[in-house]
Order: sequence, then structure tokens, then C-alpha cells
Amino acid sequence: MTERTISPSMDLRDVANAHQPIEWGRWLLWAFVLVVAANFAWIVAWNPNFGWPIVAEWFTAESILKGLSVTLGLTVVAMIIGTAIGLMLAIARMSNDTLFSSLAGLFIWFFRGTPLLVQLIFWYNLSTLFPQISIAVPFGPTLVSWNTNDLITPMTAAIAGLSLNEAAYMAEIIRGGLLSVDKGQVEATDAFGMTRGRALRRIIIPQAMRSIIPPTGNQLISMIKATSLVSVIAMADLLYSVQAVYNRTFEVIPMLMVAVIWYLVITSILNVGQGFIERYYARGERGATDVRANVRMEEPA
Amino acid sequence: MTIAAEKISPVPAEPLVRARNVHKSFGSNEVLKGIDLDVMPGEVVVILGPSGSGKSTFLRCINHLEAIDRGSIVVADEQIGYELRNGRLHKLSDRAIAVQRRKIGMVFQQFNLYPHMTALENIIEAPVGVHKQNRREAQAYAMELLSRIGLTEKAHAYPRQLSGGQQQRVAIARALAIKPKLMLFDEPTSALDPELVGEVLATMRDLADQGLTMIVVTHEIGFAREAADRVVFMDGGVVVEQGRPEVVLSNPSHPRTRLFLSRFIQRG
Repeated sequence: MTERTISPSMDLRDVANAHQPIEWGRWLLWAFVLVVAANFAWIVAWNPNFGWPIVAEWFTAESILKGLSVTLGLTVVAMIIGTAIGLMLAIARMSNDTLFSSLAGLFIWFFRGTPLLVQLIFWYNLSTLFPQISIAVPFGPTLVSWNTNDLITPMTAAIAGLSLNEAAYMAEIIRGGLLSVDKGQVEATDAFGMTRGRALRRIIIPQAMRSIIPPTGNQLISMIKATSLVSVIAMADLLYSVQAVYNRTFEVIPMLMVAVIWYLVITSILNVGQGFIERYYARGERGATDVRANVRMEEPA
Repeated sequence: MTIAAEKISPVPAEPLVRARNVHKSFGSNEVLKGIDLDVMPGEVVVILGPSGSGKSTFLRCINHLEAIDRGSIVVADEQIGYELRNGRLHKLSDRAIAVQRRKIGMVFQQFNLYPHMTALENIIEAPVGVHKQNRREAQAYAMELLSRIGLTEKAHAYPRQLSGGQQQRVAIARALAIKPKLMLFDEPTSALDPELVGEVLATMRDLADQGLTMIVVTHEIGFAREAADRVVFMDGGVVVEQGRPEVVLSNPSHPRTRLFLSRFIQRG
């Protein structure tokens, strides 16, 4: 024996060669959960009430795909407009200028404080409130004027309702992200004589993205489902198209399964995309530990 | 080896920095109570003093990171934050203040490198984005600066992959890349592990030797002794004593300076 010993009965053994105990409890739990899941899948698959052949038949039907494209289109447009307005609101809300910050606060207060469904119905029925929409000097002459009914179609009402509501939520998400960036970063951009806009674009927003993206992913997924509310103003989105079918055929559950599967497919694709975007904005974090180890080796202190 | 872009004439005529009767309060707490200080081109001024003496605040007033309440600060013949028009002093817009800051480099205690950019990207950000230099030229100059601080092989590393000392040296290179007339150092070694302080001070000593005008707030008495042309001792928001480092550090005339230095020497 070359090792030194602590006590006569105990050698100093290298822990690298130690045996792992077998975790019977965990394996059993895994097996149990898998069996239950497989059984549940089996029951669902062979339950005739789900009407899987009907699901397969309608899954790629033209009316359903049209509804799907409306859902996706509305989501993308409302999300882009909502994020753009939300970014402006967030910056206005954080501004030192009381006018800007209170206007932004008022907007956020109103659009977060009222149900989206009510907002959509208001937009759709705007013509009953304001038959004419005009650009005019306050208390002065009218410059341009439109008939509200010509402007507000189901499509424009849906886009206006969804994106303004989304803007209010995105404003708070973006503001949270901007607040999460270290104060020293703002100071550095100031000291280097960067303009506010450039500092936001190049330094602050890219760092804020790390905390903006996860809640934005949530918002996007909620938005996909929130678009189903536009069926009340006669927009034929995915859910509306499915309902149109089962109102004729009475195959309620199979048709809802068509919608459910499509919603899950879109959400899964978005989750994968979100993962890629998160990795991109975490690039300064990546590999910090292993490279640091190299640094230490290169420079013996 | 000249990192300093501006070649400075050996006989300076006018002070580069002139601060007169500078006052600054945070709420009811008056931090600066009338600071007068001139810094000549090429001069290295080290500001010492206990924490809370106002030395960092004063440094941050020089590039208007803090607005002063009273007095005036002039850098390279421009009053910082204000402009004289028709015989009256007007407050400058944020944009105009940003332009004034572009001739002043700053190094922070916490480095404040942009964590989502590599060392090279950090260095060229201001030259390309603010000073509208050609990207290729800015990159070439950045690589030259990196090679002078011995970090050429770290050009494409992100700040988190660098040690604290390396990060601070990159931050110094970033400030030098804008070819500043004046460099401000705000406790550049206070956030570093003791064994990493030396490499940063060595870089700063090189800059001092090359005739860059520097104002350094620090607790490093050794650096003050070796590199400073003048040591300024601040306490309680005023300049208590200033002069050649060998005089102020070895033979301080003011009791508060003596007390501060003796504590430092005791602490080791």
C-alpha cells in the first residue's frame, strides 16, 4: 500500500472509481408513468367517439386550411404591429417626459383593463359611434374624411383590436426587458456619445431581448388562440371554419380535434423557433465556463 | 509606441480641463462643495481620497454623466453641457452633449463592456457607429490596440470569456479607439482580484508614458507615486491638497491627507 491512511481501517480511495447506487424507485416510477401514458393513448386511439377517420378526412380540407391561413396571418400581422407599437409605448413610458410617460400609461391601462372580446366588438361597430372618421385641426376645419363603414371591415377591425391589445401587453414586457439591462451599459453608451436611438438599437435592446423573448413566446401562443375570438365579428379563422363544418355535420368532437391538432402543431413549431432565437441572444453567455478554464491555463497567475 | 492619437506639444499653453467652483448635490446631500482643478495637456492627475469624498462624482461631472449644480467645467475650450449664445449661457440638447463627450474616453470600475459583443466588436462600436469611421480601418486600429495590450488572440472572445483584468484592458482599448483628448478612469482596478490589478496598472502606466492626458480616480497609492504628474487629495467634497506625488504622498501638509495615507499604509 502506497496511500496514506486516516485510520488503520480506511484507505484513501479515489472517488472516480466509486459505484453508482441503482435508483430502483426512479426506474419503477418511470415504468409506471410510461405504462399509464401508453394505456391512455391506446384508449383514445380506439375510442370511436373521437372519430379519427373524420379527423383525417377534414384535417387538410380546403376550408380548414383557409381558416388556418387566416389564423396565422392575423397572428403574424397583429404580433408585428403590436410589438412595434409596444416598443414605442415602452420607450415612452420610461421617458423622463411626463407627457409621453402618462400617455403611454393611459393606453396600457385602458387596453389591458378591458376584455379583448369587448374591444373587438367596439372596433367592429365603430361606425355606430363615429359614422365619419376625419383628419382635422382640433376645433377647426376638416382636412380629410372617410366613411367609417368603408374603413372598418371584419379584417381591419380584427387587426386593430388584436394589435392594440397586444401592444399594451408587449409594452410592459419590453419595459421589463429594458429595465433588466445593467445601468452601467446605459452609462457606457452615454460616455461614448451615442445617441439615444443608437444606444437602444445596438446595446440596450439586444441585451433586453434575453428577458423579452420568453414572455413574448407566451404572448405569441396566446395570440394564436386569441384570434379565435374574431369569429364573433365574422372572420373565418381556424376555429370558425371548424365550427362551420360541425354546424352542418354535427361531428363536433372530431372537428374540434382537427383544430386542436393544428393549434398544437403551430405551437410546437413556435417553441422550436423560440429555442433558436434564445440561443442567438445568449451568445455572450455561451461557453463562459470552459473558455475561462483555458484562460487560467494560459496565464499562470 | 503611441496609443494617444493626439501628439501633444511639449510646452502646453492652455489647460485642457478647467473646473471652477464645481458644486453638486444629490438631494440634500452636497457631494461637491466647490472644486477648482486645471489639467494640462499630457498631464496625469491622480485623485485620491476616502470613499464618499466626491472624487468619482467629480470625474463623472467632467463628461456630464452627472450635471453640475453650480460652477463650470471646460474641456478643450468647450463648456461641458452648456453653450454661450448671444452672451447668455444655454443648456445643450442631449444630442449636443453626446457630441461633446466624443472626445473624452472613459473607463469604468465595472468595465461595462457590451456583453453581447466580442472584444473586437466592443472596440469598434463607437469608432464605426458614432465617429463614422470606415469599418476596415477601425478594425485594423482595434487589432493594433489589442496587440499593444497583449490580447490579440482574444479579439473574438466575449467579455464573459475573459478574466477581469483582460476585460478592463479591453475596456481601456475601447476608450482609446475613439482617439480621445482626455481619458477618465473611475476606480479602474477596484473590482479586480488582487492578482489582476497589476496588468491593468501596467497598461495605464504605458498610456501615461505616452503623454495621454489622464484623470484617474483610484486607491492605488503605488500607481499615483509612479505614474502621476500630480496627486489631488479630496475629502468631504473639496480639494484638500495637491502637488507632486513625492511631496503629497511622502510629506503631506494637511492632517486629513496624513490620516488617509497612514490608514492605507497600515492596511498594507
